[in-house]
Amino acid sequence: MQRLMVCLKRVVDYNVRVRLKPDGSGVIFDGIKMSINPFDEIALEEALRIRERSQAEEVVVVSVGTTESQQQLRTGLAMGADRAILVETDRALEPLTIAKVLLSLVEREGPDLVLLGKQAIDADNNQTAQMLAALWQRPQATFTSELTIDASTATAVREVDAGLEVIEFDLPAVVSSDLRLNEPRYVKLPEIMKAKKKPLEVIALADLGGTDTSQFRISSMDPPPAREKGVFVKNVAELVAALKTKGLVSG
Amino acid sequence: MAKVLIVAEHNGRELNASTARCVTCAASFAEGAIDIAVLAENGAELARLAAAIAGVNQVLQVDRAENRWPLAATLAPQIADLAAGYSHILGPSTTFGKDLMPRVAALLGVGQLSDIMAVETAYRFQRPVYAGNAILTVEADPGMTVVATVRTASYAQAGDGGTATISAAELATDLPVHTRYVELRADSDSSRPDLQSAARVVSGGRGVGSTDSFALIYALADALGAAVGASRAAVDAGYVPNDLQVGQTGKIIAPELYLAVGISGAIQHLTGIKDAGTIVAINKDEDAPIFEVADLGLVGDLFTVIPELTAALKRS
Repeated sequence: MQRLMVCLKRVVDYNVRVRLKPDGSGVIFDGIKMSINPFDEIALEEALRIRERSQAEEVVVVSVGTTESQQQLRTGLAMGADRAILVETDRALEPLTIAKVLLSLVEREGPDLVLLGKQAIDADNNQTAQMLAALWQRPQATFTSELTIDASTATAVREVDAGLEVIEFDLPAVVSSDLRLNEPRYVKLPEIMKAKKKPLEVIALADLGGTDTSQFRISSMDPPPAREKGVFVKNVAELVAALKTKGLVSG
Repeated sequence: MAKVLIVAEHNGRELNASTARCVTCAASFAEGAIDIAVLAENGAELARLAAAIAGVNQVLQVDRAENRWPLAATLAPQIADLAAGYSHILGPSTTFGKDLMPRVAALLGVGQLSDIMAVETAYRFQRPVYAGNAILTVEADPGMTVVATVRTASYAQAGDGGTATISAAELATDLPVHTRYVELRADSDSSRPDLQSAARVVSGGRGVGSTDSFALIYALADALGAAVGASRAAVDAGYVPNDLQVGQTGKIIAPELYLAVGISGAIQHLTGIKDAGTIVAINKDEDAPIFEVADLGLVGDLFTVIPELTAALKRS
C-alpha cells in the first residue's frame, strides 16, 4: 500500500472528570488537559505498525478542528506519522459534516486505508467511520481488535456483542479501532523534537469546500441524575439480610 | 405525524431483545405508527416474531441471500430504500445498530443521533455524552428524517400480543460485494443468562486476578441465577472474553441487581451500570470509586467474601 490516513480528534483527556457549566451550556474547558482521542491514538499506532512491517509507505494524520488541534497532530507526528493536515474550523461539527470533510481529504490524498477510533470519548457518537465509508462507497470494519493486510484485501476481527466477528474486505476501506487492537507507544523526547520539523499543512474548512451543515441543535447539557447515597455493610450476613429486605434474594 | 421504521436485530433464528426495546422507545412518541423491517435470508419466522410485538403496525420482510449475515455495507442501502415515508428510522445501540445506522444516515444524507435515552417530543431527545457524565438535550430538524440508535438499557421490552400485518418487500437495491462475512467466534458459554437482558449480573474486575479465579465469579452467578460480566481491566488481562465487558465501550446494562466484585469503578465502567436497580460493590479498597455509586458496599477480600456469600445464597 502507498498511503494510510489516520484521523485524530482533540478531546478532553480521558483521566479528566468533566465539569459542566451550571447554566447547561456545556463543559468547562478552562485549563483542562486535552489529548488525542484514545481510540484514534490506537488507530494511529496500528497504521505505524503496518508501515513498519513495510506494508505501507506513508502515514498521514489529519484532524478537523480548531487551531489548537495542531498540538494533537504534532503528537501524532512525534509518534511516527510522516505528515499532518489540519482542516481548521472554530465550530464543533457534526459527524456527517466531518465525514464529508474527510471524504474531500480522501479524494485529495488517495489513501489505501483510513483508520480512526470507533468513537470519540467526548460526544460518544460512534458514527464518523461508518459515515465516511458510506459516502466513499467503500467497506467499513468497525470495532476492530485485529487487522491483517493482504495485497488488495484485509481481514478484521471485530468486537461485537456476540463475540468476535471476522470479516474480509477489499481495499481501499475504512477501519475503526477498538481498545484491544494494540497498545500505543510512548513518545520519546527526540521524536518530539523531530516532529517539529515534519510538515503540518493547515487548510481552512471553506477552502476545502466544506460548510457547517448542522442538523441538530443542542438545547442543554446537564449532569446525570445522581444515585442515592448507599450504605456499607460489615459482613456477608448483613449483605444477605439487606438483599433479602430489598426482595432481591429469597428467604 | 411521526411514522417509525425499526430495524430488527436477529441471528437468523431469533429476534434480539433490543428490537422490542426499540418498540417501547418508538411507542413513547409514535403510538400506532410503528413498523419493523426484518432483513434476513429467510425471514418468515423472524417476521412472525416481530409481528407479535405489541404496538407494531406492519412488518416489512426483506428476504435476500445477501442478508444471511449482518453486514452494514449490505444492509444499509436496503434500509435507505425502505426509508421513504418514514419520519424516524431507529435501530438499537448494540454493536449491530452502531455499525449499521450511521451508514444508513449517511446514505440518506442526514445526521444520526446516538443512544437515545429519553424522548421529550418526536424531535427532542436526551442522550448521554462524556461516558454518561453529562446528558445532552438535542433537537432535530423536523424537516429531515431522524435516524437514531436507541440506548437499549433505557427501555423495557415491549410485550407480546401484537397482530401486525406482514408484507414482503421486494427491493431491487444493488448490493456491494466488497465486504464478506467470514465467521463469528463466540467464546462465552451460551447456556448462561444473557448479559444484556439478565435481571441479575455478577461482574469481576482486575481484583479477581486470573482466569482460574473467575470460577468464583461464575459460582456466585450460578447461585444467583445471574449473568457474568467483567470490567475492561479483566478483559484486557485476558481473564474473560471481550463480549463480557460492561461499560462505555462494552455493554450498557440495566439489571435489577448488579454485583461488582474486585472492580475499582472507573467512570468508563460506571456508565455501563448506572441504570441498574441495586448496585452491590465488594472491594478490599474502601476508597474505590465503585463505592460512590453502590447502594450496598462491603469492604473485604473477595477471596474470602465471595465463597462465603455463594454458600449463604445457596442456603437461603
